[in-house]
Amino acid sequence: MTVTSCNIQKPNLGEVIKKYKEFPGSLLDLLHEVQEIDGYLSRDVMQQIAEGLGISESKVYGVATFYSLFKTAPTGQFIIRICESAPCHIRGAQEVLEAIEETLGIKPGETTLDGKFTLEFTSCLGLCGVAPAIMINDQVYGNLTSDRVKEVLLNF
Amino acid sequence: MTIYRSHVLVCGGTPCVLKGARTLKDLLLKEIERYQLSDEIRVVETGCLGPCDDGPVLIVYPEGAMYSKLKPTDILKIVEHHLLKGRIVEELVFRERQSSAGALQGSAVPLEQEKYLSLQKRVVLRNCGRINPDSIDEYIANNGYLALGQAVTTLTSDQVVKIVADSKLQGRGGAGFPTGLKWSFTAKTTSDQKYIICNADEGEPGTFKDRLIMEGDPHGIIEGMAIAGYAVGASQGIIYIRGEYGLSIERMKNAIKQATDYGLLGKKILGTEFNFEIDVRSGAGAYVCGEETALIESLEGNRGEPRVKPPFPGIAGLWGKPTIVNNVETLANIAPIILNGPEWFRSIGTENCPGTKVFTMLGDINNQGLVEVPMGITLREIVYEVGGGIPGGRGFKMAQTGGTSGGCLPSEFLDMPMDYDTLSKVGSALGSGAMLIIDDTHCIVDVLKSFMKFFCHESCGKCTPCREGTTRLYEIVLALSEGTATDTEIQLLKELSGAMQLSALCGLGQSAPNSLLTCLNFFADEFQAHLNGQCPSGICKNLTIESEAV
Repeated sequence: MTVTSCNIQKPNLGEVIKKYKEFPGSLLDLLHEVQEIDGYLSRDVMQQIAEGLGISESKVYGVATFYSLFKTAPTGQFIIRICESAPCHIRGAQEVLEAIEETLGIKPGETTLDGKFTLEFTSCLGLCGVAPAIMINDQVYGNLTSDRVKEVLLNF
Repeated sequence: MTIYRSHVLVCGGTPCVLKGARTLKDLLLKEIERYQLSDEIRVVETGCLGPCDDGPVLIVYPEGAMYSKLKPTDILKIVEHHLLKGRIVEELVFRERQSSAGALQGSAVPLEQEKYLSLQKRVVLRNCGRINPDSIDEYIANNGYLALGQAVTTLTSDQVVKIVADSKLQGRGGAGFPTGLKWSFTAKTTSDQKYIICNADEGEPGTFKDRLIMEGDPHGIIEGMAIAGYAVGASQGIIYIRGEYGLSIERMKNAIKQATDYGLLGKKILGTEFNFEIDVRSGAGAYVCGEETALIESLEGNRGEPRVKPPFPGIAGLWGKPTIVNNVETLANIAPIILNGPEWFRSIGTENCPGTKVFTMLGDINNQGLVEVPMGITLREIVYEVGGGIPGGRGFKMAQTGGTSGGCLPSEFLDMPMDYDTLSKVGSALGSGAMLIIDDTHCIVDVLKSFMKFFCHESCGKCTPCREGTTRLYEIVLALSEGTATDTEIQLLKELSGAMQLSALCGLGQSAPNSLLTCLNFFADEFQAHLNGQCPSGICKNLTIESEAV
């Protein structure tokens, strides 16, 4: 984390902390909003949150690492979440995964060198009616085949 | 008020939107305008209509003609022939598919007579696909908020609890605990603050019913929550929706705002002393938060790890206060029960498990999607009648009922009634109502690998039986698929599974071995084949396919 980006986000971070400080139990909502700033929660940011809320750093870190939607390291611009639960599995999720790996040259958990895509597994997205399915950031894509997913990726 | 000659309901469920429903809707509006029909025909975007596999779909009323698998050119035809000239475009009308041949048969019949719909009984989904979910007026026009009005003005809290208890409604989230009993515990507890939590952290693989109920009829849930609040003496409601469900969050927030503006939520509801407010909170990606105490931990801003029970949330839940946690589908049943009475509810379904159940049918089945049928329907009816059979005429191998935490049933069980009691007797569960149909081209071990990996990933790590057990189960199944497992490991699987069922802290660890145990029981031959280095389905890559002669 560079000093410059720290300076840019500081006022925002402070505002978010202030907004939630009075609401007990709002740590998840706060983390969601703070993550919008940089796309992930850096150690520095988590320390500031702990200080601002008057709770321990380990508590903030513990919560941030428990939930899969929170990131504690930088990710690509687009996060591809591929569902690996049974309904997608039996309708060909493996082929879709292989097609993504082949097209982008990364494995789940990795980010492309240009910092554009991060690939990760997710549990059921509730899109079983159109299995196999993936999400790219907030956008969902269903009824995928290896060809269709390649087409989807080309549009990014 | 404007009277329209026809209403066109365009499905706005996620699967249809993915297939281009929004573009089609825009085209539809443009075409209607081009023919200057805008004053006569109203286009409404609704929640899910059900047959997701056949999307995008739309229905034209008053005829009730459902058009499926639509392309832009079809829209041009529908507008010109049906909406302008009044002739149904027969070749585009939705028909259930035949199980083997896949051929269409007969001429178009009214939608309600198609088997897909004729076996259905819509209580929870009464408004889904029929009204605009973003309009409180349309909900009210369909008797919406009448039950809440009746409850708060003519019934005492105890009477409401009694009606729900008499209906024998069971929780639709998975465990099937009697709702009336749950409410009665909290109603009896004295406290300055009580909470009603709607559990919309739907994460059971294969389940998307709660999302479609929220997207299709958000007010039904709000009304159920408010009635629950009145019954147990709670003034604060919270809907906990999983973070991935963007549209559900949006729809629920909008519906809450509308209900608040109409005075149906807030202070002194309908001029009575009853106050009730609802907040929407969202999760951040953790399956275990569907467990009620883990959900409460998450709402308090903590890691979503389950608590030791007792005390149960009904006595000491959120912030230590008495808290009711009910599933979306459970709450959506409340208003109809108040309006029609407990006897009516008990007349649907089976004696011990009355009412309807929303199932999601998926996997190797022709009509993937959402259906609501009376409790006690057989698996065969779900697969071969409502579900339209298995694609390509392939054979039925098994169905996993109740999502990934449920058990797997082979074809001997096709005629078994689907309800909470019957399924738990055979080691499976009705659970969330997910019906994953698996045909005979799949390998049991390969499918189990996917199930076990899921639990391994989602175990929260708080208790040892689940944290260690889910990992070991996955490792052994993996070894089976690679041909390195021995008899000892099968024995170990059984022992470990039994230990987890008895000692895990919450439902996640207790139910993780269900699918494995039922498969070991019903598909012993296939496990034996894997021990011998053979995968009869030819899926496990390191193993050979059994020779025909064997």
